[in-house]
Amino acid sequence: MKIWVPMDSAAKALGAEAVVEALKAEAAKQGIELEIVRNGSRGMIWLEPLVEVEIDGARHGYGPAEPGDAAAILAGSGAKALGPVEELDWMRRQTRLTFARVGVIDPLSLADYEAHGGLAGLRRALGLSGQEIVDEVKTSGLRGRGGAGFPTGIKWQTVHDAQAPQKYIVCNADEGDSGTFADRMIMEGDPFTLIEGMAIAGIGVGATRGYVYIRSEYPDAIKVMRRAVEIARAEGVLGSDVLGSGRAFDMEIRVGAGAYVCGEETSLLNSLEGKRGVVRAKPPLPALEGFLGRPTVVNNVISLATVPVIFEKGAQHYADFGLGRSRGTVTLQIAGNVARGGLFETAFGMSLGEVVNYIGGGTASGRPVKAVQVGGPLGAYMPVSKFDTAIGYEEFDAEGGLIGHAGLVVFDESADMLQMARFAMEFCAVESCGKCTPCRIGAVRGVETIDRIAQGDPQAPALLTDLCDTMRDGSLCALGGFTPYPVMSALTHFPDDFATAKEAAE
Amino acid sequence: MPTARSEITADEIAQIIEAHRGLEGPLLPMLHALQEAFGFVPAEAHQPICDALNITRAELHGVISFYHDFRKAPAGRHVLKICRAEACQSVGGAALAEATLKKLGLDWHGTSADGAVTVEPVYCLGLCACAPAAMIDDRVVGRVDDAKIEAMIEEARA
Repeated sequence: MKIWVPMDSAAKALGAEAVVEALKAEAAKQGIELEIVRNGSRGMIWLEPLVEVEIDGARHGYGPAEPGDAAAILAGSGAKALGPVEELDWMRRQTRLTFARVGVIDPLSLADYEAHGGLAGLRRALGLSGQEIVDEVKTSGLRGRGGAGFPTGIKWQTVHDAQAPQKYIVCNADEGDSGTFADRMIMEGDPFTLIEGMAIAGIGVGATRGYVYIRSEYPDAIKVMRRAVEIARAEGVLGSDVLGSGRAFDMEIRVGAGAYVCGEETSLLNSLEGKRGVVRAKPPLPALEGFLGRPTVVNNVISLATVPVIFEKGAQHYADFGLGRSRGTVTLQIAGNVARGGLFETAFGMSLGEVVNYIGGGTASGRPVKAVQVGGPLGAYMPVSKFDTAIGYEEFDAEGGLIGHAGLVVFDESADMLQMARFAMEFCAVESCGKCTPCRIGAVRGVETIDRIAQGDPQAPALLTDLCDTMRDGSLCALGGFTPYPVMSALTHFPDDFATAKEAAE
Repeated sequence: MPTARSEITADEIAQIIEAHRGLEGPLLPMLHALQEAFGFVPAEAHQPICDALNITRAELHGVISFYHDFRKAPAGRHVLKICRAEACQSVGGAALAEATLKKLGLDWHGTSADGAVTVEPVYCLGLCACAPAAMIDDRVVGRVDDAKIEAMIEEARA
């Protein structure tokens, strides 16, 4: 009997290990021979641990599983039986390109990976010239999924054209934004796709070395990625002779040390070099002077993990999905106070309201939605009145927000938006690298000014607005520059939360 | 999470430094390895690191103090990290953290009197769809409530 139990950390956090033990014990008791595969998560976090059992060749789901359900799972019955997983609404509504294999395969089986389309992209890329590889990425319309949305192909072109004795591919896996977990899920659920994407990038721009900088808060992802790199090297996917092509590319996993700002690409590079993770002024661009002063592609996990499917299915296939200048798919992470949270990959263009209410099922608490923070701690709080906004880079920009890494955190009406604005400033103060004044000092003054608003100071809101303008225009990177998004959106869209103290005083 | 060890030998420090000095950007891997071995970055390692990497003590101090992860002194036997980020706040994370600290009579970064557990804030564990989240040593826990926190602390004390 073949059973899948995810080893994704969300499944583990919800008790997957205890379920595995219970299944083993129950199978031993019944004399059933059990083959347990530890897969990634299908992304339906509200159903985790989601156990799958093979029945007549189809994978039937069962969740959320608890140790006491072991007998029912083995019998293929019970109230938590979900039927074939592929037929579930959540799965059928998606367009899974980047996440096609996540939850399906054994993450550390290279054979499984290849059987599901893995390495086809790299094999095709090895038959192309560097320029042809770069052109393919340009045609796909892929933009940086880390948040900035910069066209990936243009970045690759700059590195491709640079002359240097050594170039690098650096993967930014410092996924520190609250509400985001797509990087973690793909590293734990399909690590070879990231390795393959980095290898294609390396072959394309002429870089022979790569680094994945993973945050230390992700111990499971670090373990899986390290093991995957060892396997890939042993099987000749990495090394001096990539898949027998005579071309070289190898990579290493590096671990961050708990600094949020290291998700900013130049501070990440400093950290990788062993320095304080302070932001560098641009120019020079990392594409020209990056890691150790060499031309470096710095891309987010999802950007790089999407490259293999672009080469497997063709750039045009990918570009045919999407909306306006946002091509392909977006890996939405639906989180916070939401009934059905998880990872949902779909073409750009769905409205925010559809995602929150139709896909996410509204709040977990059952109370009305008050706000949705989109794009992490530096993203705007979108009120329900903006639920028509389509998920796309330009579309969110036009509404005073950003999609960032496409994480959505839902809040119900109990949220105090003044406190959320204060937290944004406090977080910026804690995590500021200290290099530029608007961020280092501004964030501290921001906390104080919001406290003055809470105490009813009538001049404070104007002062906060002015401070936010200074931070936005004068900060070196997105930490200080974007903290005004959550602060000002809270102040603008939820004035009642900022007026209570004043009114009470009057 | 390794527990702090009393014996810190110059030999072991030298071995760890030697094992990493050939890397490109060796300092962070070196500091992680030292902390893995000793539970913190011992002061005895500072000068050998500076000598190996040709950096000043000021530069080294700058790096160690910049990152939240590196400790100058041992933590408790276990480290409990409670997420303070927005997704966890949306489902009561702040109240949970406050209650836990109050119960232990600690502030953030404090260690319980019996040395069993150090409580630290963390900003996101990537468990935002099953929040609030916490982590004890390297083990993650989702949908944390008072009972689960209590169990984690009990386990740490056992």
